[in-house]
Amino acid sequence: MLESTGIPTQQDIDGVFPSEERMAKGPVVIVECYQNIPCNPCYTACNTGAIKEFVDINDLPNVDHSLCNGCSLCVSNCPGLAIMVIDITFSEEEALIKLPYEFLPLPTVNQVVKGLDRGGQPVCDARVVKVINSKALDKTPIVSIAVEKQYAKAVRNIRMGE
Amino acid sequence: MKPVEILVVGGGPAGLCAAIQAAEMGSKVLVVDRNRALGGQLIKQTHMFFGSEKQYASTRGFDIAQILLDKIDQMENIEVMTNTTVLGLFEDGVATLEKDGKYIKVKPKAIVVGTGASEKTLAFPNNDLPGIYGAGAVQTLMNEYGIKPGNKVLMIGAGNIGLIVSYQLMQAGVQVEAIVEASPTIGGYLVHASKIRRMGVPIYTKYSIKEAIGTEAVEKAVIWQLDDKWQGISGTEKELEVDIICISVGLSPLSELLWQAGCEMKYLPELSGYVPARDENLQTSVKGIFVAGDVSGVEEASSAMVEGYLAGMSAAAYLGYSLYNTKELREDLLQQLNSLRHGPVGERINKGIASILIQSEAAASTEA
Repeated sequence: MLESTGIPTQQDIDGVFPSEERMAKGPVVIVECYQNIPCNPCYTACNTGAIKEFVDINDLPNVDHSLCNGCSLCVSNCPGLAIMVIDITFSEEEALIKLPYEFLPLPTVNQVVKGLDRGGQPVCDARVVKVINSKALDKTPIVSIAVEKQYAKAVRNIRMGE
Repeated sequence: MKPVEILVVGGGPAGLCAAIQAAEMGSKVLVVDRNRALGGQLIKQTHMFFGSEKQYASTRGFDIAQILLDKIDQMENIEVMTNTTVLGLFEDGVATLEKDGKYIKVKPKAIVVGTGASEKTLAFPNNDLPGIYGAGAVQTLMNEYGIKPGNKVLMIGAGNIGLIVSYQLMQAGVQVEAIVEASPTIGGYLVHASKIRRMGVPIYTKYSIKEAIGTEAVEKAVIWQLDDKWQGISGTEKELEVDIICISVGLSPLSELLWQAGCEMKYLPELSGYVPARDENLQTSVKGIFVAGDVSGVEEASSAMVEGYLAGMSAAAYLGYSLYNTKELREDLLQQLNSLRHGPVGERINKGIASILIQSEAAASTEA
């Protein structure tokens, strides 16, 4: 249970993932916000209209995945670091995952790191494809990693130094 | 005796916003804070804030402090006294301050008390060993002074502060061995909990600390599972090798000045302790004394800021100051508080406030 462990259940995760059909069309946002708290910067950050205006600021984000182009503006704006972008079409074998990562040192491009699941357990190797740490991201860098497609739904974090 | 129009006690999120609003309406404000710099807890908050744009959502706490301090710097009718402690609020309206060993008396026409809250502690064997800190102290060491408090930590309490400080400890290169939480569920925002979990840190709910072990300083912590009556269960002990035990088991309002001033006080668990009765404009039962932020009930910094603006507005209006759009601004602030408190967490806060709200003609005072 998320409330007692901090780890969302598979059902929780399935509920916020877009359809297989949408995933197959390219980069798309995954908003892992499961609790009604007063917060709406994801809506404010979204330029494509994919994240809808909040009727009540305590609502869960309402995402229209068909309007999302995977721009990642919301990723570093989410105070809960609850948002990532997945591109399942990245290559034949690999999916690209864009994660918010607020630890030093930052990984470097082509470095192979561990892909961790939502409980922090290593599930696969991940290759760092890009690291963005621009001023606009305001100290929440975005790390893009490539993982084998079968792990795209499981990986949610990275660990270095192994 | 120094004449003062509005005295703001405490330069945290509530006090700073109160000062800004009151000064914007034309009144002269004195902000007093016992720390060496203004900003209160904001200056230690490295995480992005929740809420909406109006409460600087998605901006980091210390950056919000800077935004507010820059505004204050530009306002000529705000005087700031740091390293200054307000010692007492007396019945004749005199407030006494201490700065650099000097005793100062001021006579404000209105007062906004935004003293915040202090950390609760926890009783367990050897809780006086060096290496046992309140979460706030750890945050001060790390984020204000750049000092790493230790290498391996046990965090007690999975409320927002426990979760946030655990994350900051990890960012500083400290290993968090575990977080224990006596309740069956995590009290803080689950997004904070998930952030820590995916770093591999276990959160044990229905667990607490049994004892700390060490001779000169903390060497180990023993945690154990709690039964439904919150009692430790023998045989469930786990020993953790840690040099830091960090206590984050809640806050209680710092309301001594309000007691002394004779404000009507009530114990409300929803608001985390003894809090003052207040009307919708945040005026207490003592005319001319207003409250904002954690001292009136422990909540988020975002609502403390909104309360600050409201209390500052009410104090200035009490002295006859107004803006052409005071009424609209007030409505907007009330609306912001309402929406911040609309969710499941806010329900409890609203319930607490409803039971001490003073219904009075004062509710119309800012419309004068």
